[in-house]
This record gives sequence, C-alpha cells and structure tokens, in this order.
Amino acid sequence: MIEFRIDRRSGVPAYQQLVNQTRHALRLGLLLPGDQLPTVKEVVATTSINPNTVLKAYRELEHEGLAEGRRGVGTFVSAAPVQPDADGLRAELAGWMKRALADGLDREYVEALVKAELDLHYEGEGR
Amino acid sequence: MTTIALDAMALTMRYRRGWGLRDCTFQLPAGRIAALIGPNGAGKSTLMRIATGLQRQTSGEIHVLGQAPGKHGANRHLAFLGQDKPLYKGFTVDEMLRAGAKLNPGWDDQYARRLVREADVPFGAKVGTLSGGQRTRVALAIAMGRRPELVMLDEPLADLDPIARQEVMHTVLAEVAETGMTVLLSSHVIADLDGVCDHLLLLADGQVRLQGDVEDLLTQHRVLVGSRELVLPDGVVEARTTGRQATVLARTPDVPGWDNNEPSLEELALAYLRSAKKVAA
Repeated sequence: MIEFRIDRRSGVPAYQQLVNQTRHALRLGLLLPGDQLPTVKEVVATTSINPNTVLKAYRELEHEGLAEGRRGVGTFVSAAPVQPDADGLRAELAGWMKRALADGLDREYVEALVKAELDLHYEGEGR
Repeated sequence: MTTIALDAMALTMRYRRGWGLRDCTFQLPAGRIAALIGPNGAGKSTLMRIATGLQRQTSGEIHVLGQAPGKHGANRHLAFLGQDKPLYKGFTVDEMLRAGAKLNPGWDDQYARRLVREADVPFGAKVGTLSGGQRTRVALAIAMGRRPELVMLDEPLADLDPIARQEVMHTVLAEVAETGMTVLLSSHVIADLDGVCDHLLLLADGQVRLQGDVEDLLTQHRVLVGSRELVLPDGVVEARTTGRQATVLARTPDVPGWDNNEPSLEELALAYLRSAKKVAA
C-alpha cells in the first residue's frame, strides 16, 4: 500500500499527481501487480482532496491498463508499466546538457528551454 | 435521487435597503462539492436560508433535491449548518444528540456519537461551556447525523484551529466518498477550498458572477502576461498594467503573442470578485 501526497502549489492537477505517484511507485517496485491502492476514503482522509478527484485518477489508471477496479472491494494494481529505453534517452539528454553548459547557458535558461519544448511536445498533458 | 441538488431560477430576495439576491439562476449537480464564494453581504447566507426554508424569496424559484422548500418543513434530506451554530447552550452534548434523534427521522445515532467522540468532546459537557471549535464539531455531528443527501455549510471553518479545520474537512469528505452526498460550502478563505471543491458558485452583490465545474472554468480562462501594447482578446475579466507590462485574466483559449497560463482557483475567484467590485463602485 502506498500513501499519496498532494502538493497544492505545484500547479499540477491533483488527479494527475495521484496518477504520477502511482506510476512512480510502480516503476520503483513499491507497488506490485495484485497490490491494492488506498480506498477513496483513505486517500481523502490523508490528503483532504475531493473524492471525485481520486475516482478520476483511478479511472485514468484503469484506462492505461495499470489498475483494475473490483466492485465493492477496491482498486488493484494490474500490471507494471512498460519500461521504455530510459537509460538511452537519459544519456542523450546528459550529452545535450554538457553542451549547454560548455556554451555558457545558465541553469534557468536551460530550464526555460526544456520547459518550452515540454509544453510543445506534451501539449495537454497536465502542465 | 435527483441529478440536480439545487436548482434556482431567477431567485430574488429584496430587502428594504436593497437586494439580497437578484435574479440568480444556477444549478448544482448532485454529488459535487461546491464552493460558494463571495464578499460579505453578497447573498451567501440568504441563499442558504432560502434553500432551507428559513426565509422566503421575493420572487423566482428554487428546488432543493427536487422540492420547493418550506412546503413540508425543511427537506428531510437536507442538512444546514449556519454560521451561528444553533445549539441550546443549557443542554449537555448528550441531550443535544438525543434531541437530534427525536427531531430527525432517519437519524444515525451511532454515526453522530462517533463524530463527537472523534472530536474529543465530552458527552456530559454543557454546550455553553464548549469552545467555538468544539461547538462546530457538535453542530456538524448533529447535521451529519441526519445522513443528508445535501449539506450546506456556512463558513464552517471560520473559528477552527488548523487541526480542527482539517478534521472537519475529512469528516465531510469521507461522507462524500462513502455516500455521494452533495456539499455546498461557503468560505472566505479560498485557499481552503482549492482541491476540495469541484464546483464553483461565485456571488457578488446578490448576483451570480461565475458558476460551473471548477476544472472546466480553469481551462476556459487564462492569465495573460505581455506588453501593454498588445491587443486585448475578447472575454477580459480584469486587466492590470504595471509600466510596460499588462496582466490580464480573460475567459479565452490561448492568445498568441501573450504568455498564457492557466489560473489557480484563487486567482480566478479574486479576479471576478475585484471586477464585480469595480463595476459597483
């Protein structure tokens, strides 16, 4: 079982934070297939968010095939997410950042560039 | 169960010194947690009192869970917790609960008593000796003991310390999670409502200025930052300029040339409240 945490200042919608934290826990192996996710009532009691938000997050996880609702029992992890080639992508990004650093770009500038590209390519996915 | 918990059509309350509510038309879908936001005197309490049947409107209509209030006493499935937390000061907490059981059909005694225990309020204490926070918890227990389909809470968090605020919120949210109860919650502290409420009803000067699903409203608005030379889009709610820069809150999709950001609930609500104030002034 995991416990969710909501950061109200992050600007990321609460349901998206729940989805992200579940995905993250799956990647790290903190959640395994068959594990139960906290009930809506439990999430509400620890985070003070709207129950409908929790339901929305769980529906999203079900839609992605990561979780499965069992009527009257709760929501359970059904599968671990497919691991993409994270190492290769990360190495490419590291190379790019070394170049940015060598060219004298400061951190804020790099962050702005990254954010602009993220907004461009991941449009509509909860900024 | 009706799908619309509160349904108002041109609801109007006229007082000798002015308008309490003016031509208010809105719908609150069942199962929502709705924020009722507005400055003092905007008509929030008037609205709740009319819905409860404590007061009768001058004109217009309101239906509470499909029924006009007042005809058969307060709606059985409605609970209302007013700002003044109406409790009998001379009663003990236990006597208050027993009165609650007598007066309310469908009373859930076990649940009401559990809420009082969770609040650490002694059953033998006289209501008049309780702190403001404890009184709120007892009044909430009695409101929730009715197991309502719709609960209206008028500034329920106002006199509570941070922990009690959280516990009161948890009680309400847990009940929503379990039963799908509808909540209408008024508060001055918009930050308290962020993340909790999924529906918004904003009143100013007795009029509805903004209403709808919170997420829809947020995606339909933008905070635009840019040069003050830029042409303003349609749907401007509030525009401010500082030096060469303009900051605009508008009901619009992304506007090219501006820096576009989605507002927070607080930014959105404050912009509407300020613009209503400027029009009135």
